Amino acid sequence: MTACIEARGLRKSFGSSVALDGVDMRIEEGRIVGLIGPNGAGKTTALNAILGLTPHQGTLRVLGRDPWAERDLLTREVSFIADVAVMPRWMRVSQALDYVAGVHPRFDRARAEGFLAKTSIKRSSAVRELSKGMVAQLHLSIVMAIDARLLVLDEPTLGLDILYRKQFYDSLLNDYFDRGRTILVTTHQVEEIQDVLTDLLFIDRGRIVLACSMEDVQSRYVEVMLRPENVGAARALGPIHERQLFGRSILLFDGADREQLAALGEVRTPSIADLFVAVMGKQSGQWQGAA
Amino acid sequence: MTTDSNHLPDSLHDSPEVLPAEMSETRPLYWSIRRELWENRSVYLAPLIVAAVVLFASLISVLTLPRRMRSLPNDVPARHALVVKPFNLAPAPIMLTAFLVGIFYSLDALYGERRDRSILFWKSLPVSDRTTVAAKACIPLVVLPSIAFVLSLVTLAVLFFFSSVIVVLSGLNPVSLWAEVPLIQEPLVMIYGLAVHTLWFAPIYAWLLLVSVWSRRTPVLWAALPPFAILIVERIVFGTRYFANMLGYRVTGAMKEAFGMTLQGGHRSSVDELSQLTPGKFLLAPGLWVGLLFAAACLIAAVRLRRNREPI
Repeated sequence: MTACIEARGLRKSFGSSVALDGVDMRIEEGRIVGLIGPNGAGKTTALNAILGLTPHQGTLRVLGRDPWAERDLLTREVSFIADVAVMPRWMRVSQALDYVAGVHPRFDRARAEGFLAKTSIKRSSAVRELSKGMVAQLHLSIVMAIDARLLVLDEPTLGLDILYRKQFYDSLLNDYFDRGRTILVTTHQVEEIQDVLTDLLFIDRGRIVLACSMEDVQSRYVEVMLRPENVGAARALGPIHERQLFGRSILLFDGADREQLAALGEVRTPSIADLFVAVMGKQSGQWQGAA
Repeated sequence: MTTDSNHLPDSLHDSPEVLPAEMSETRPLYWSIRRELWENRSVYLAPLIVAAVVLFASLISVLTLPRRMRSLPNDVPARHALVVKPFNLAPAPIMLTAFLVGIFYSLDALYGERRDRSILFWKSLPVSDRTTVAAKACIPLVVLPSIAFVLSLVTLAVLFFFSSVIVVLSGLNPVSLWAEVPLIQEPLVMIYGLAVHTLWFAPIYAWLLLVSVWSRRTPVLWAALPPFAILIVERIVFGTRYFANMLGYRVTGAMKEAFGMTLQGGHRSSVDELSQLTPGKFLLAPGLWVGLLFAAACLIAAVRLRRNREPI
């Protein structure tokens, strides 16, 4: 299988502040990858480098090409929603369809019309008249009708209510995703994309601190809610994180023996959010106890 | 619109290579210009409104034309001036409006898309920075002059028709009108005037486009301050006004070079004869070519700068 995105020692600094400090990553085709990190971790900079919007140092290949040097070739194969509300406010829905159909050789207008028919968006409305959720629906309808091989989403559902957020990812999975496409998404609403993702990338201070598939998360990480008398025994096994919930200790282990832990309390696979806190906590003390 | 719309999802990804473009180079340019017109309706509305106002005023003045023609039965030059005057006056405000709209448009063209963050939407589509800047440069350099020409022509045609009707209704021979109005000459002078001014002003538009892609705020100030600063520094340090003269020449030079005309005592004679046109002199004027080189440099710089521009 060919890599959709491959980075080796990807660096980017703005003046004295380093946004990307040697990112190594490899994203295979046909994956849905969550790039997750705290504010200022370098998520958007990484996406901008992948999209060819910003020059970078180090090796970066997207669909086998250098995104900065060969951006004009890649724009037909790579779609992105950089943010909510980047659709021009003056534009009418019909104009948006006309324009994208005019400039994009891989846009299927009938498909976009089909997606729009499922919403309450009128063809004659201007973007400024639509609610934030409807603008996101419009943008997604257009993007899903583009036959791209890589779709990059940067906080695509920020500020939308839960119904729109859920619908957004449902559409993406049901109507768009297939084995030939790759989706790279950043979001703060980690819980909602937990079941959508196939792979996780945690980024912190310009470095990838965790890269693994969701299957690996299930086999590698285990969380145990301890019976009080077992806390000492469990701590001896070297947890990577510990938190308290309703007076009970929850310890998170990396690569521990499930059966051994099952004897100490209730065992389960940690959520991405808990894993995030644990891994980031290991990176820096300030995250300790954030749960 | 696309040809591959009926493929099954799995058959879409047979080739691991990035597919070559199935689209001609000009199609994105065409749609980019169309979308500029969707967004900036003033590009055609402002000249249209001015044309309507000019036409309205001219029609009112024409109502009294027969009476005034009768008062000058034998004075041929005065009669000619009288008949031709509304026809000579009408196009100028329309063209001036087009140039002004071009200036405001250029100043906002590459700034507005960053301010409203829509640049992220435009950049997500396969339209290169070169095409985008070219489309935006086409508005003041091609679209606005064309609109000004067509509107002026329509205004003159309506004016001509209306004048004829008025003259006939008042019992005068319409030939007395038709003989005086320069039917062929006027459109030629208009097209020539628009072409030379557009070429002459090209560096102004290109400079404004460059400022609009570069400035983070108040592009008006950034467009005006550097020339003003150079002017002031030159005046204080050297006591000369070469730069100020150069700017003045940029504004009025086209009239001077292309029509052999100068502003004398505030009086500007009108263009009556095709012999007043001096295209050879215009094409040989170094100011034209220096200006065009400067314009090209500004546009190339604008294309490069837009590459890593972000919303502001």
